[in-house]
Amino acid sequence: MRKVLIIGATSAIAEATARIFATRGDALFLVARNADRLQAIATDLGVRGAVRAAHATLDVADFAAHQAVIDQAERELGGLDTVLIAHGTLSDQAECEKSVDALRREFNVNALSTMALLTTLANLFEARKNGTLAVISSVAGDRGRQSNYAYGSAKAAVSAFLSGLRQRLAKSNVDVLTIKPGFVDTPMTAAIANKGALWAKPDQIAAGIVHAIDKRRSVVYLPWFWSLIMLIIKHIPEPIFKKLKL
Amino acid sequence: MPAVGTSWGRYPRAKQTVAPLHWRDEGLPDAEGSVLAYGNGRSYGDVCLNDGNTLLHTRGLDRYIAFDPASGILRCEAGVLFADILDFAVPQGWFLPVTPGTRYITVGGAIANDVHGKNHHVAGTFGEHLLRFELLRSDGRRLECSADENADLYAATIGGLGLTGVIVWAEFRLQRIASPWMAQETRRFGNLAEFFSLSAQSERDYAYTVAWIDCTARGDRFGRGIFYSANHAPANAAIAAPRQRRLSVPFTPPISLINGLSLSAFNELYFRRAHEGHEIVHYEPYFYPLDAIGEWNRIYGPRGFLQYQCVVPPAAAETATAELLRTIAASGSGSFLAVLKVFADRPAAGILSFPRAGTTLALDFPNRGAATFALLDRLDEITAAAGGAVYPAKDARMNGARFRQYFPRWQEMRGAIDPKFSSGFWRRVME
Repeated sequence: MRKVLIIGATSAIAEATARIFATRGDALFLVARNADRLQAIATDLGVRGAVRAAHATLDVADFAAHQAVIDQAERELGGLDTVLIAHGTLSDQAECEKSVDALRREFNVNALSTMALLTTLANLFEARKNGTLAVISSVAGDRGRQSNYAYGSAKAAVSAFLSGLRQRLAKSNVDVLTIKPGFVDTPMTAAIANKGALWAKPDQIAAGIVHAIDKRRSVVYLPWFWSLIMLIIKHIPEPIFKKLKL
Repeated sequence: MPAVGTSWGRYPRAKQTVAPLHWRDEGLPDAEGSVLAYGNGRSYGDVCLNDGNTLLHTRGLDRYIAFDPASGILRCEAGVLFADILDFAVPQGWFLPVTPGTRYITVGGAIANDVHGKNHHVAGTFGEHLLRFELLRSDGRRLECSADENADLYAATIGGLGLTGVIVWAEFRLQRIASPWMAQETRRFGNLAEFFSLSAQSERDYAYTVAWIDCTARGDRFGRGIFYSANHAPANAAIAAPRQRRLSVPFTPPISLINGLSLSAFNELYFRRAHEGHEIVHYEPYFYPLDAIGEWNRIYGPRGFLQYQCVVPPAAAETATAELLRTIAASGSGSFLAVLKVFADRPAAGILSFPRAGTTLALDFPNRGAATFALLDRLDEITAAAGGAVYPAKDARMNGARFRQYFPRWQEMRGAIDPKFSSGFWRRVME
């Protein structure tokens, strides 16, 4: 049985992932901002088979509150061996170009809060020489593009941080998984008709995440074909890239 | 995956703003014009469409709330699919109390269309197994409705085509099963009289009965078909698991693949190859043969198709059914999948519930424009003259006069309909 902490548990991908853990009889501790929504998800996970589905509210921007929530998760679950960090906001690129405050807010939520949580959790797992830290980054972090480089650069910071952390923790038997989803069909994008073959369901992404955790992978693109797409995008020479409308 | 905002028949086409619902504590989004809950788009015509207005997409409401494995009472949000409930409940020895021929429908849609299945003669409609639900109205009120509480809204919402508000969650009873297998008996029949006698016989012994009928057959072959009866099989129905291959229609062909020639050849083959007798089959191919072919509705081409499902009362059942079939056969239209089933005489769960005592016939017609609509109007004349009714969930074209004749209690809906809610279907039949 895994003892799983999920931060950003009300996101569609996190919820779908939690359902897989629940049907496997794992124990879950859910963290997000909205208590009513956490309760709705926790109840659902209990019906689906979770041995335990407890929850606590947290605003990840409140760095001082991180430690208490991690301690609470450990107490409620009687230990902790798997963490999924899934919180994030889809930044408004135009707003971030106009306002330094907006840019700082986005970096705070999408990059710094994640690194802060990982710093605390890494020390915990390193001392125990056991555990998995799985973090949702993004294909947007692989190369900055004019349409979303505020978000993309925050995710790039997370990806680089995870890469270093993985090296550090490898000798302590702690797995660090970088998850890079592509386009995901969530309720927020329901209105987009004729989604092409590039769109995936949260269920598919979730299955990929659990599989990658089980197989102790390092970096996973979900669905897999995004690794090919990003390979191409990363290797477009700058003189050409500058002129593209990506 | 079909785009949100289309119906299964791919006719009519509508343009709507789609607003997703994801949390059961959320209110309704602000919308200009009218709104309508849209689940998984498996109704055929326009009861799930709201052209020029807003659809509230309910698939995000897909959480369980409570399940009692002792009593089989399940409470869940209204966007949960029957397919999910089966995956969840069958391994625990529970099954849907009533299911239509596809498992890709939402609980909310099952209530709003008060769906029925092959066990109508013993179990009635889905609404009969409902205990309560929460209705979210456009004025922000949340009303728990049951036979005892807000009973008027309860009866208006079951079969109420989504017009009374959004069903947020529902609680209903599942039925006990001993295994995921079905014990099925297959028998051919040569004409309608044989169908009716087989049906009367089978209803005594079987929970599920339905017949396939050859809608192209004329002369000696007129009224021939295959009768399927089944019960849930006992726990020790131990056989090797049959493998269901998942086929899919990968694109919309430029023209309809269903024409008169391919159809009668296909029907001849199907009738001859049916092997009579008893067998054990898994519940999936038994209840949901078409679910094995993803997006089968695309075979009718870009113009889509119309399904016609009517019921004619017992006194007129044999003559009216024969007349319907003769009219269809003479037209050279119709489809492979034509289904005949006898409904029992049970009190309706909802004001606008479709099932009632009599014989129901359902089949698809490729949309060939005016000729198809003229044919369906002729079928309406036969149905109406017999005192029958047409199923709104399958309909895209009946006129208002027919609707009011088929559903004489329609005026009882007036006080229950939410003023902010409407649908393409409702505007059409209220003209």
